[in-house]
Amino acid sequence: MSDVIDEYVKTEYEAGFVTDVDSETIAPGLSEDVIRFISAKKNEPDWLLEWRLKAYKAWLEMDEPEWAHLNYPKVNLDEVSFYSAPKSMENAPKSLDEVDPELIATYNKLGIPLHEQEVLAGVAVDIVFDSVSIATTFKEKLAEAGVVFCPISEAVHSHPELVKKYLGSVVPQKDNYFAALNCAVFSDGSFVYIPKGVRCPMELSTYFRINEANTGQFERTLIIADEASHVSYLEGCTAPMRDENQLHAAVVELVCLDDAEIKYSTVQNWYPGDENGLGGIYNFVTKRGVCHTNAKISWTQVETGSAITWKYPSVILRGDNSIGEFYSVALTRNFQQADTGTKMIHLGKNTKSTIISKGISAGKSSNAYRGLVRMSPRADGARNFTQCDSLLIGDQCAAHTFPYIESKHPNAIIEHEATTSKVSDDQLFLCLQRGIETEKAVSMIVNGFCKEVFKELPMEFAVEAGKLLEVSLEGSVG
Amino acid sequence: MLTIKNLQADVEEKNILKGLSLDVKPGEIHAIMGPNGSGKSTLGYVLSGREGYQVSGGSAELNGENILELEADERAKKGLFLAFQYPVEIPGVSNMEFLKASVDATREYQGKEALDTVSFMKLAREKCKAVNLDPSFLKRGVNEGFSGGEKKRNEIMQMMLLEPSLCILDETDSGLDIDALQVVADGVNACRDENRSFIIVTHYQRLLDYIVPDKVHVLSDGKIIKSGDKSLALELEEKGYSWIEKE
Ligand SMILES: Nc1ncnc2c1ncn2[C@@H]1O[C@H](COP(=O)(O)OP(=O)(O)O)[C@@H](O)[C@H]1O
Ligand SMILES: [Mg+2]
Repeated sequence: MSDVIDEYVKTEYEAGFVTDVDSETIAPGLSEDVIRFISAKKNEPDWLLEWRLKAYKAWLEMDEPEWAHLNYPKVNLDEVSFYSAPKSMENAPKSLDEVDPELIATYNKLGIPLHEQEVLAGVAVDIVFDSVSIATTFKEKLAEAGVVFCPISEAVHSHPELVKKYLGSVVPQKDNYFAALNCAVFSDGSFVYIPKGVRCPMELSTYFRINEANTGQFERTLIIADEASHVSYLEGCTAPMRDENQLHAAVVELVCLDDAEIKYSTVQNWYPGDENGLGGIYNFVTKRGVCHTNAKISWTQVETGSAITWKYPSVILRGDNSIGEFYSVALTRNFQQADTGTKMIHLGKNTKSTIISKGISAGKSSNAYRGLVRMSPRADGARNFTQCDSLLIGDQCAAHTFPYIESKHPNAIIEHEATTSKVSDDQLFLCLQRGIETEKAVSMIVNGFCKEVFKELPMEFAVEAGKLLEVSLEGSVG
Repeated sequence: MLTIKNLQADVEEKNILKGLSLDVKPGEIHAIMGPNGSGKSTLGYVLSGREGYQVSGGSAELNGENILELEADERAKKGLFLAFQYPVEIPGVSNMEFLKASVDATREYQGKEALDTVSFMKLAREKCKAVNLDPSFLKRGVNEGFSGGEKKRNEIMQMMLLEPSLCILDETDSGLDIDALQVVADGVNACRDENRSFIIVTHYQRLLDYIVPDKVHVLSDGKIIKSGDKSLALELEEKGYSWIEKE
């Protein structure tokens, strides 16, 4: 492979600044008292505190999973602070005008203006800064349609029956080590409810930001699409550059009732660590949705950040004729490691799933696709199509594919295609010979490779994702 | 236009070009023929600045400027165009996107005004027609699933779009049927200009029936061993290369 490509130059992580706000951060370490503290801070009802404590007890008995194709020193949870909030949020602001200007400035810098009139036309945004939610825009317009879009800490009070019914209904507390931890200490996140028959009038979006040092972020998102409703939701994530690894362990649950549709898109750009592999976010995320009859869940993810990514957005196709989709682009470079994929669990008849995964590895990074397709004995007429493509840039990186297929139904149709290719010298030279510079050429080739996934993203974000790839690839060739 | 003096070049530490000299004047067409492995493609790559092709001696000047020190993309933007013997595919990158990036970069470098998307599309469609490619090819991935002949016509289309000053065509005629050959030749002839020169690498005299060269050279073992006019090509067609190599 060409020297140009082997050469690895440092790229600046654009979102890597720290915001200077006065924060209340509790002492590191986890105990029942910490959980009681978090719960009290949020003025939670008793049932939720009990729920957290139950999860904590379960978690104490669990071990960190080791099956993933990842290699990292374990996080020392005694050094992690489980709650941090800007002090100005002590008495939560009633409107954007009351939000600390420093925070508003932070989001402006990240390109996410909070003032409603400036917000991307037609996109409502919820912002989570360290452990708390600081603003939800377009609340009134959404309320007119009956849509609830608010911090989950608020939904606990405003819609307790929904939260109580569905929290933990898709991802059980004991599902895995990180999910159990999240149940015990989750801080904030978004809550969405779309009433029967309603098509959400705008894209919903949440931005997560870790600011404080040595804090973990444990957000919790719950989206409920009632019968025959429709919603498109997008999350974005950034964090400052720090030498220490920071833990992020989120849980996202989607409940998609009969005939409903949820489209969930992620642009994940947590700090990936520097060119020597120092620092970066450990991203251990459990995302799962359940589809009832005729329902459809579509996960689209563009993963460019984090030192470690461990994430398998999944769909349980419980109802007949339901549809699950997973479209993924995962880019790793320098020393980043990703082990990501999906699980499609076909329970109902005539259920369908599609998996399109594009892994791009550069530098000394490692990129693994891990996917499970399970056909239950009831899943008459079920089908899955999986396509898994890897693209290598340079010759020091690695790509792996771990497909698991469990078919307990003789008629189920499962198709799997996998390819591995390289950005070749021939392709690069063709571009150069036509006057196109190396960096532009690589970004064009990579974008071409990802086309099938990008076309699934909402328009504004497809452009953003393309740009993000370009920035992330900057310097990956000399 | 192009002056090459005693050019020597190595690939993977093996000496391939062994003192090659060539002088191409503006507006001229030079044909280069020679046995397989004699270094014809290597010459194209060395001139266009492909990585891995090391110049170990001699010089090459394009319009009076030493080009051997320049990056490949700069040489391209200065007007050097290479039509590939084996055009490579770039899946998912549309021909249109690729050509726009190419034309934009070239025009910017040459200090020309940028073409807006509409004018560019119009121009690209025109050039497609000129080489008998359906404009739908612009939407397809670069060379993706193109037949051999379509790939070659796509190269000529790019050449017409970029308006280079020196065009090197590396066996563009190989594998073409007679109709496609005619299309390629028409394309080249349409581009002929007193300020544009061509180096045409070919094995077959038949292309030179359509594109009449000013000079014909025989390249063997990294050197030009014989030069002549059009009649040399006919003689080669008849007798092969060995008689010259023995001379
Ligand atoms: N990338 C390469 N690596 C090693 N040898 C090469 C490479 N490219 C060309 N060569 C060698 O250089 C010589 C000339 O090749 P080439 O220029 O392709 O010849 P032609 O185009 O005249 O058939 C051949 O001996 C070939 O094997
Ligand atoms: Mg050749």
